[in-house]
Amino acid sequence: MSTFRKIMRNPSAVVGLCILLLLVVVSIAGPFLVESPYEQNTAVKLMPPSAEHWFGTDDFGRDVFSRIVTGAHYSLLAGFISVILGLTGGLLLGAFAGFYGGLLDQILMTVCDILLAFPSVLLAMAIVMVMEPGIYTPMVAVGISSIPVFARLVRAQFMSLRESCFVEAVRSAGAGDLRIIFRHLLPNSIGPIIIQATLRIGSSILLAATLSFLGLGAQPPTPEWGAMLSAARNYVWTASYLALIPGIAITITVVAVNLIGDALRDYLDPRTRNM
Amino acid sequence: MLKYIIKKIIFTCIVLVGAATCAFLLLHAIPGDTAEALAGPQATVEDVDNLRRAMELDQPLGKQYISYMGNLLHGDLGYSYRTNKPVMDILKSAWPATLQLAVCSMIVAVLLGVPIGIFAAIHRGKAGDTIAMIAAFLGVSMPSFWLALLLIIEFSVNHNWFPFYGREGISSFVLPSLTLGLGVAANIARLTRTSMLEVLGQDYIRTAKGKGVKSGKIIWVHALRNAAVPVVTIIGLQFGVLLGGQVVTETVFSWPGIGRMIVDALNTRDLQIVQGGILILAATFTIINLITDLVYALLDPRIRYS
Repeated sequence: MSTFRKIMRNPSAVVGLCILLLLVVVSIAGPFLVESPYEQNTAVKLMPPSAEHWFGTDDFGRDVFSRIVTGAHYSLLAGFISVILGLTGGLLLGAFAGFYGGLLDQILMTVCDILLAFPSVLLAMAIVMVMEPGIYTPMVAVGISSIPVFARLVRAQFMSLRESCFVEAVRSAGAGDLRIIFRHLLPNSIGPIIIQATLRIGSSILLAATLSFLGLGAQPPTPEWGAMLSAARNYVWTASYLALIPGIAITITVVAVNLIGDALRDYLDPRTRNM
Repeated sequence: MLKYIIKKIIFTCIVLVGAATCAFLLLHAIPGDTAEALAGPQATVEDVDNLRRAMELDQPLGKQYISYMGNLLHGDLGYSYRTNKPVMDILKSAWPATLQLAVCSMIVAVLLGVPIGIFAAIHRGKAGDTIAMIAAFLGVSMPSFWLALLLIIEFSVNHNWFPFYGREGISSFVLPSLTLGLGVAANIARLTRTSMLEVLGQDYIRTAKGKGVKSGKIIWVHALRNAAVPVVTIIGLQFGVLLGGQVVTETVFSWPGIGRMIVDALNTRDLQIVQGGILILAATFTIINLITDLVYALLDPRIRYS
């Protein structure tokens, strides 16, 4: 039975994957099917959910359903791009530190420890400050802030494997350092890295939304869910649905990737499988 | 143990110096001329030059760094660009609010997280376990600022039970502490459950059961004491999550702490306060990590001998 099928025997993974696929379809096809998320109509502003406007309208009379649908891809991209960035950076740093050890390892890991001294929100905020503001800035900031997390994990994996017999064997057969790192050590240590990457997607989505909520990411009128929640703060008394819907959307997205992450962890880490 | 403590303290000092260096570089990496921005659009070139000289921004970076680190050792974090007050004084005035909120939130998190985790482990596979773990799963997947808005809508707007802004009276602590504490409680509950299940499967628990020890004593005396080690660690690490989360929670609830101060300073480009605030929170997080490591080593001798 293939690995995918084995993972899919876990109901959590099936539910998570179905939700995630639905979100991907919505984020790709949705913007072509709904009205413009920027179209203002002050005659219908702050209208509660109805048959005409399923999720109601905001303070500019914009259709919230259209904005939620169009905003889906920002959250998904934030999760995936930031993890790809963090994973790539962390993989390179962690691989070389773990494989070569010595002074290089000490310097790289001290830098990682220093960066880990900053709570992730603060580190991401600091990175946003030195970059040009924009919709992709939080993704890059979140990605950079997760490099030390991945670097530490990859290093630990490489350190535990670098003295293994199979490494000795391929080295005796004449394999170079890069070949050993990328063709032999990496595939053998990929399990925990994949688990961490999948679980990190959810926290990255939350962190990117947090930055937008604080006004450090997507700017109005971009229909980003965190920014929409930030705008909704002013209407908790008169139009509380504005604060409910984007939050539900973020939570569902994070739940979906976390379900897949948990299922992967259960599959790859036998100790947690029966708990 | 002493050797371990000294090693950890030296490591913490290195991290603190590194964090201070990062904070220094951060201020210099931000695009734009600080002196020009502060002098305002009406200022002449001469005014800008004078300001640059007064702020020692015309000095080489190395010299500025030495001066910055020297000042830092004396507790001098510079002056606010906007109000010209010492940053340390401003942060000192906000510090109690941040610390009080962190402590209250951690109390909420531990009081909820640990019993829920134990309950789920004891009732493993039953409805109670499933409900508790679904709640914990939602807790870790939910944005804290959304939870804050939900609590405000339910308890301030709909019922008018608790205030939703400011820091006046005990009731003002309830919603911010719940916002921060519930997310952390979810993490603690998940870890406590896993840790308890691992311990409950050990031979010595089976032996205790075989000897006829009451199940209450097995859980609270034999199992919990051993399951507590990773839980203590996660509580320490979650303090960092709390400090980071405070930036958002303090902003939503207009809580007069360091987190909100950083966000306000970011909006007004008062970068000296941003730098100082980030550094203080990072230093707090590092010291809490040190304490966690030491407590961990105290609880588990294998750590200090490894």
